[in-house]
Amino acid sequence: MAALNAAPAAEENIVVASLKDAILAGVLALILFSIIVGLRTDAGAGGLQITTEWDRVLWMAAVTAVGRFLLNIFFWKRAGGPKGLSDVLPDFNRAGHVSRFLGPLMLGIAVTLPFIVMVLVPGQSRYYVDLGVLVLTYVMLGWGLNIVVGLAGLLDLGYVAFYAVGAYSYALLSQYFDLGFWVCLPLAGILAAFWGIILGFPVLRLRGDYLAIVTLAFGEIIRIVLLNWFELTNGPNGITQIPRPTFFGLDFTRDEGGFADFFGLEYAAIHRIIFLYYIILALALITNWVTLRLRKLPIGRAWEALREDEIACRSLGINTTNTKLSAFAIGAMFGGFAGAFFATRQGFISPESFTFLESAIILAIVVLGGLGSQMGVVFASLVMIGGFEMFRNLEEFRVLVFGLLMVLIMIWKPRGLVSTRNPTVFLKERKAVSADLVSQGEGH
Amino acid sequence: MSMASVSDPMAVPASEPVLAVRGVHTYYGAIHALKGVDIDIMDGEIVSLIGANGAGKSTLMMTICGNPQARHGNVIYRGEDITRVPTHEIMRKGIAQSPEGRRIFPRMTVRENLQMGAGITDMTHFESDLERMYTLFPRLKDRQGQRGGTLSGGEQQMLAIARALMSRPKLLLLDEPSLGLAPLIVRQIFNAIRDLNQSEGLTVFLVEQNAYHALKLAHRGYVMVNGKISITGTGKELLASPEIQAAYLEGGAH
Repeated sequence: MAALNAAPAAEENIVVASLKDAILAGVLALILFSIIVGLRTDAGAGGLQITTEWDRVLWMAAVTAVGRFLLNIFFWKRAGGPKGLSDVLPDFNRAGHVSRFLGPLMLGIAVTLPFIVMVLVPGQSRYYVDLGVLVLTYVMLGWGLNIVVGLAGLLDLGYVAFYAVGAYSYALLSQYFDLGFWVCLPLAGILAAFWGIILGFPVLRLRGDYLAIVTLAFGEIIRIVLLNWFELTNGPNGITQIPRPTFFGLDFTRDEGGFADFFGLEYAAIHRIIFLYYIILALALITNWVTLRLRKLPIGRAWEALREDEIACRSLGINTTNTKLSAFAIGAMFGGFAGAFFATRQGFISPESFTFLESAIILAIVVLGGLGSQMGVVFASLVMIGGFEMFRNLEEFRVLVFGLLMVLIMIWKPRGLVSTRNPTVFLKERKAVSADLVSQGEGH
Repeated sequence: MSMASVSDPMAVPASEPVLAVRGVHTYYGAIHALKGVDIDIMDGEIVSLIGANGAGKSTLMMTICGNPQARHGNVIYRGEDITRVPTHEIMRKGIAQSPEGRRIFPRMTVRENLQMGAGITDMTHFESDLERMYTLFPRLKDRQGQRGGTLSGGEQQMLAIARALMSRPKLLLLDEPSLGLAPLIVRQIFNAIRDLNQSEGLTVFLVEQNAYHALKLAHRGYVMVNGKISITGTGKELLASPEIQAAYLEGGAH
């Protein structure tokens, strides 16, 4: 009997509570939108003029309040209903369990993507393959940075420096010594690794926030040197006419002896784009493969142990100096490969492409994906780079969507999309262990 | 399987200490933490170092490991001066440490933690050493697939000791193994240390606040006050000494 009587009272409480909550949300929206939407500045005669649009503000606040009320009534405050975003959205952590199928599936899609695209959207295939190249570039950069940040736990805010070193290595070597892409690719990686070690030495004793600041400065130093060393790098004008990669010596040109001519195909500009797509796919897969191999070797385990506890590492006889330097060098090397690819893809580079924002995006991909998770980087790149492109027609609101997406991911998965870590050694069954139980990745 | 067999080429004559600390002064910047410490640890001994908070016990242990290094004086291990040797190389000479606060790797599984401990050995004995650790601490076997961070305090301490033992040390340094643990668990851990010492001849240097347990276990003990050794003697002598009883054992046995 008591339960029956209690039910209507509880129902009433929900309505009252929801109403209060909705009014609060409405007021908040009123305040926020009155500044963002209510006041518009236009260039007019004699300077900027302010136009007020209070009716739009009121509409927005009303929509917020009503929407909040309805959501409260029908979802959030309902007993047994979903309590928050995490109950509504899918659980990517399962990716750890089903990765046996998911990995090959994603790989299959990635390998056949150009052909899928050509069949599905023949008119726009060039755009989509190009987008694929862009996403894969960030996947590769994410995987490279994942070695430094995700595995070794060294928070690097200047990763773009190695990307720049790789790009400029190729551009300059081709300009001054007339070397081709395939010769320069390993050289770019080696040079970037060398700079990784150069950066590594002064920061050996630093951890956490301090390390982050020094690496940030390093990224800026590289960019500013590239910008000001006019005689070598052509400064802000950048380097143009960087040679395109060849397919076993065949150029992707319309001329005789080009790729299309050699294989008896009709010349199409997309051949080169597809070729670039497969180059970056191969480079990214190599990065992934090397990382997965290294994780199983003593050096990979030492990186992970270093992330967990540096003092314990030293007490176990691990040379932390070499461990850190190797993480910086190998992470930087992959950044360098990606940089050389970027240079050959664009055909033009300037210091403008290597700003701090790039470092931030790559780091965001690693963090949102879940520190140390390879699959997470792929998801995060798809969401952040691919998703960002999808909203291109929203123009300036794109950044708003980007921010919203970041906030949503942080609420829903504060430890990244894939927050599990697979042990490298296991008995019979590989049990993924959730990160929720232990300390949050802090990069030191 | 004995850890210090007779035919061991590294074995030292019985009269010479395995580890000798000679007039060691250690500083943290301007702070003079150790003010001329002398300690001898003989082969097959359990030596305990007791003292109050801030006396410099952990500093001495860290100085032996070379982090921080002693500014004056020498640390001699098996006749070799290791005062200026980098920490990671000291730890490869047959010394292992279970550091203060355990410092296990929280996001790695128990098995991976133990693997990290064996990282500097050639891994050929890994499986048999692992079994030996599971015999010593059966709780770890039940937990081997679990993350280090999810273990209880006692299990974490067992893991820290087992991880140190995985490198097959001749000398084990233990920093406050009883810290924050229930008396029953403390007894288990101290029994395990005694077993290791008796069955395998493992030399143990123990830094403890829990004076009663530490002295009861030890062959010999040192008492540290303000960065200096104030009293030394056998475990029994120190336990019986009225001075020690007044300063460190007030309230009787724990």
